[in-house]
Amino acid sequence: MVRFDGVTKSYGSLVVLDKLDLDIARGEKVAIIGPSGSGKTTVLRMLMTLERINGGVIFVDGEPLTSMERGGKLVPADARHLRRMRGKIGMVFQHFNLFPHMSALRNCMEAPCTVLGLSRAEAETRGRELLSMVGLGDKLDHYPSQLSGGQQQRVAIARALAMRPKVMLFDEVTSALDPELVGEVLSVIRKLGAEFDLTMLMVTHQMGFAKEFADRVCFFHGGRICEEGPPEKIFGAPENERTRQFLRAVLEAT
Amino acid sequence: MTFWDWKFTFEILPLLASAALVTLEATLIGFVIAAVLGLAFAIGRMFGPTWLAIPLAGLIEFIRSTPLLIQIFFIYFVFPEFGVTIEAMTAGVLALGLHYATYCSEVYRAGLANVPRGQWEASIALNMTGFHTFRDVIIPQAIPPVVPALGNYLVALFKDTPLLSAIAVLELMQTAKIIGSDNFRYTEPITLVGVIFLLFSLVAAALVRMVEAWVRRRVLHA
Repeated sequence: MVRFDGVTKSYGSLVVLDKLDLDIARGEKVAIIGPSGSGKTTVLRMLMTLERINGGVIFVDGEPLTSMERGGKLVPADARHLRRMRGKIGMVFQHFNLFPHMSALRNCMEAPCTVLGLSRAEAETRGRELLSMVGLGDKLDHYPSQLSGGQQQRVAIARALAMRPKVMLFDEVTSALDPELVGEVLSVIRKLGAEFDLTMLMVTHQMGFAKEFADRVCFFHGGRICEEGPPEKIFGAPENERTRQFLRAVLEAT
Repeated sequence: MTFWDWKFTFEILPLLASAALVTLEATLIGFVIAAVLGLAFAIGRMFGPTWLAIPLAGLIEFIRSTPLLIQIFFIYFVFPEFGVTIEAMTAGVLALGLHYATYCSEVYRAGLANVPRGQWEASIALNMTGFHTFRDVIIPQAIPPVVPALGNYLVALFKDTPLLSAIAVLELMQTAKIIGSDNFRYTEPITLVGVIFLLFSLVAAALVRMVEAWVRRRVLHA
């Protein structure tokens, strides 16, 4: 479903991602862990086209994401291609990034109306359904400032789902939350995993959640995947010394 | 001859009242031009392609750095040399609008720059077009915080309308001058013009504060 093929990203002389190869199957749930500055978030941001890539190709659904084929050669994608490809991907951010001037329901209706061309009634039905799915059926008319962090993040999840993406990206979605609000967001993600046919890619510091939820865990270090495998292996019997160090440090902190 | 003649005051009041309407008209139309054009300037300068942004920045700086009076004269007296003849009121309102558009554009620029980057990123992630991002996400968040600053420019523009008397637009100042020279009495008409300006300014300031409060309640939900 998503394939990184020798993808490189650097800011000046600082190499953030170094020839990354990563293949994610349809419906697979991949957790990305690693120390800060290891390029984890950059992986998601490039996939959402928020960050330009400096080398290599990202394929989504078999098609190159930021380039397209023209006359047998790969050329930079035009706006139409980019918008078509973005339509397959949804993203939830660390700081929610809800639209503060719109109610929870309007947040979920805006893009379906303007981008997918849904009628207001259709978009509203979809928005209501998704908001009750994330447990906010009674907060439709609340504005983000009137909601707790956990509630805002659940609205953000509903908003992303309203676009019917095939791939969902979660960028440290619980990092900005008070500890007692983390659970409600994780349980919504768990529910998505069970009820939707979604490929999920999440950058997380919740090791317990990664262990229980992910099909595969990738440990990033210094812009490359240091070690990857099923959670039992990464958390149970990591082979790489860096992975062990990282997990030890994380465990000590909690 | 008394210093202040009340009978004369009441005689000229209707004349000044109708001139006040002209002043108000110039103010409102001028400010609509300034507010709309200013936003276009700000967006063009910040987000437009280089071939647009750079000349636009130059134009804005040029207009901001030259006196409004010269611009009024230029549009009214020099444009006809190029075959563009504009009636005095229109020329005056255009000059006012254009001049204040450059000030407003700086205000909008601050407002636009203050919209958090996350709002742009969310719009991209939701696959919204540039147009919808601006219309539904960015502009509604950029404008409310700068309403007070825009309101100040509304009052400033209003107070600059007497400059239109220089091209004989029959607004308050010009009317007062004519009354003065016809009757050889300047005290009453000029004083009245000052009082009318003061009253309108106070009313406008109060209105701006009301709009501010409304915006904070209805748009910002703060």
